[in-house]
Amino acid sequence: MTSRQQPVAASETAVTISVNGSDVSVPEGGTILDACSAAGIETPTICYAENLTPVNACRVCVVEVENSRTLVPSCSRAAEPGMVVQTDSERVRHSRKMVLEFLGSGVDLSQADQLAPWMEKYGSDPGRYGESPETMNEEVRIEDNLYIRDYDKCVLCYKCVEACGDDAQHTFAISMSGRGFGARIATEFDVALPDSACVYCGNCVAVCPTNALQFKTEFDLREMGNWREEEQEVTQTVCSYCGVGCNLELHTQDERIVKVTSPADHSVTSGHLCIKGRFGWQYVHAGADEVDVQIGR
Amino acid sequence: MLLWGSNAREAHPIFFHHLMTGLDNGATMYAVDPRRTSSSKFADMWLGLNLGSDVALANTVANHIINKGLVNTEFIAHSTQGYEEYKAAVAPYTLEHGEALTGLPGSAIAEMAEAYATAETAQILWTLGITEHHNAVDNVLALCNLALLTGHIGRWGSGLVPLRGQNNVQGGGDMGALPNKFPGFQNVTDPNHRAKFEAVYGVDLPAEDGIHLTLMFEAMERGEITTAYVIGENPADSEADIQHARKLLSGLDMLVVQDIFMTRTAELADVVLPASVGWAECEGTVTSSERRVQRVRAAVPPPGEARHDQDIIGELARRMGYDWGQPTSEDLWEELRSLSPLHGGMTYARLESESGLQWPCPDLGHPGSPFLHGWLWEDDLGGREPSPFSIVEHQGPKEELSEEFPYRLTTGRSLDSYNTGVQSGGYDSPIRYGDALDINPADAQRLDLVDGERVLVSSPRGSVEMPIRVQPDIPVGLTFTTFHFPELVDINLLTNDAWDKRSGTAEFKAAAIRIEKLATPAVPEPVAGA
Repeated sequence: MTSRQQPVAASETAVTISVNGSDVSVPEGGTILDACSAAGIETPTICYAENLTPVNACRVCVVEVENSRTLVPSCSRAAEPGMVVQTDSERVRHSRKMVLEFLGSGVDLSQADQLAPWMEKYGSDPGRYGESPETMNEEVRIEDNLYIRDYDKCVLCYKCVEACGDDAQHTFAISMSGRGFGARIATEFDVALPDSACVYCGNCVAVCPTNALQFKTEFDLREMGNWREEEQEVTQTVCSYCGVGCNLELHTQDERIVKVTSPADHSVTSGHLCIKGRFGWQYVHAGADEVDVQIGR
Repeated sequence: MLLWGSNAREAHPIFFHHLMTGLDNGATMYAVDPRRTSSSKFADMWLGLNLGSDVALANTVANHIINKGLVNTEFIAHSTQGYEEYKAAVAPYTLEHGEALTGLPGSAIAEMAEAYATAETAQILWTLGITEHHNAVDNVLALCNLALLTGHIGRWGSGLVPLRGQNNVQGGGDMGALPNKFPGFQNVTDPNHRAKFEAVYGVDLPAEDGIHLTLMFEAMERGEITTAYVIGENPADSEADIQHARKLLSGLDMLVVQDIFMTRTAELADVVLPASVGWAECEGTVTSSERRVQRVRAAVPPPGEARHDQDIIGELARRMGYDWGQPTSEDLWEELRSLSPLHGGMTYARLESESGLQWPCPDLGHPGSPFLHGWLWEDDLGGREPSPFSIVEHQGPKEELSEEFPYRLTTGRSLDSYNTGVQSGGYDSPIRYGDALDINPADAQRLDLVDGERVLVSSPRGSVEMPIRVQPDIPVGLTFTTFHFPELVDINLLTNDAWDKRSGTAEFKAAAIRIEKLATPAVPEPVAGA
């Protein structure tokens, strides 16, 4: 009797390309970005995430490929044998600089921490187009106690749409609406979140690169000027609800949980959680303020 | 995928992500559930069977597979026993008979049967829709029969997948929190197993099996159990026929409750020991539904005088004359590794670096086991006996509908809440609607009720007032509610504590009720999310 006892093995064929003059190998199907990472070359990304399908929306990860008329997005372009790639040519640097500069001219990137070092590296200066970004100047939408939406910070990278859709949650509560400067991510008919199809898994918040989507706990602490990310500790543990075994990263500040995420490379969650895992931790601190007073903490 | 008696979309949401990935990759899913659940809306077909007719459906599926010649003959001959008797037992379950018992079209049963039998790989996945019945074990055996018939067991991608409901209910059993097992499922009544544990623990251990929770309540009733020490459980809200359970707990000479909150059970206690949160304030391990042992870690200190469960138990032992010292969670785990062969290869270092490990993992070089029962495919069956088919017959729910109680009540979880709400009540969910009785629009019309109206719901055991939620997804004659808000709707006053003598689980899934319009109804308010 024979039966298959292992999954179908992934391709073991390697593809070798040249990146900045050095040969780099990645498994067949791997991308230029994978090759760059393998070679220790850091690449700016906005719309890319390892747990989402590339959508090629932001164009900040572009590289130069020999004999290609245009720059190509490294996050989605598969490595092909013999490809010759430049990641730091004048053309690449200039393109990345302008992409970031244009985004910064129309969007509030003040909390897009992952972009700041790249803007500095490439000399992006959105101030060339006006003192402050020409945003839609909208009020932050606070519709419940779980997360907020700040449209002035949205770069339309599609990550939230993908996490809500067929890359993870399959709820399809949000999508792109409108055209041009009026383009925006919206619920059906732009109804408030509690009235939409949203199931509050928070997977959109977890993938947002600019804090346009923000957990309410973080938003409140920032409003109070008390969000101190550099002091926060992250502890990996397992969710207390159901039996699936989702790994949680508890972000703590002053001995309180302030945010919950999940590791994108974990086989159980791929970084995604449900409403209970993402937000159901608050009972840990129920009555904690009263206890602190009692014991004089 | 046969998703059978499980609303994983809400009860196991991240597991359901994996099922949806399967669907995206071309897999087919059949959802078997009396309710048109949110999970079933992702299925290729929803089979809305009569509540409690699962054995009838499984036997009809089996008979159809046999009649169509789609059984795995080689596997049956090599790996199973009792096939001829089983074949004879399911022969009366023709498609016509199956239709009559389940209420499903025979063509739908036939389609699911053929799809399951002919798939290259197939899984049957279930939750409490299978096990919270008075004939729970029959239900499980009926599904196991299907796997034996087709060879969808013990190999990559095929299998039987019971989804566990709590983050460490698997680990609790693995660690010997069962009346007849030591850690690693070693038998209490086996002298060799007992001697092994006695040597390490340094005490004589009882040679006879203990009793499970359901029998403990019966023993309380007979006055044989007079003291209970309850750790991290809220039976005064969670048991079926709750009035009876509360009376028994209140009648104890001594009730000690160790919990993080003043639960309804804690309120009945003589002594309450404040504990800490296992997954955020303590070090240790939990074991998930896929037998994956993973580390939990302390991120914050426990509040006030709350202490770790391990410290509390150690301190109790010290007062009883046993000084266990101050072992760390890793010290305890190392002892477990030395005693449980299933866990022998799982050091804390490996659990950390390999994102958890699935038992059995007997030694340090073992990679862990993604699935069980691979021995069924070995030439010598790993030295074991062939796996027996089990003959099981349709019974239906214990409590039959009557003129007095003409509606069927079933209970379950919703996405944003959990069990008696002790934990999930702590956050402010925008999609929470409280416990409401889901009822078909036709039934609501018959009873002259509108969405949101409060009604009196009665079973032979008690009555509660609660709002209704008119839902086209619930079939005529069936009603459904969650059980997350016992302070508002004491739903377990109604549920039936008839239980399966083999599993000890009560029939939460099937009570007979009547629904009465209140004499002076309050102004109805639409229920959010309806």
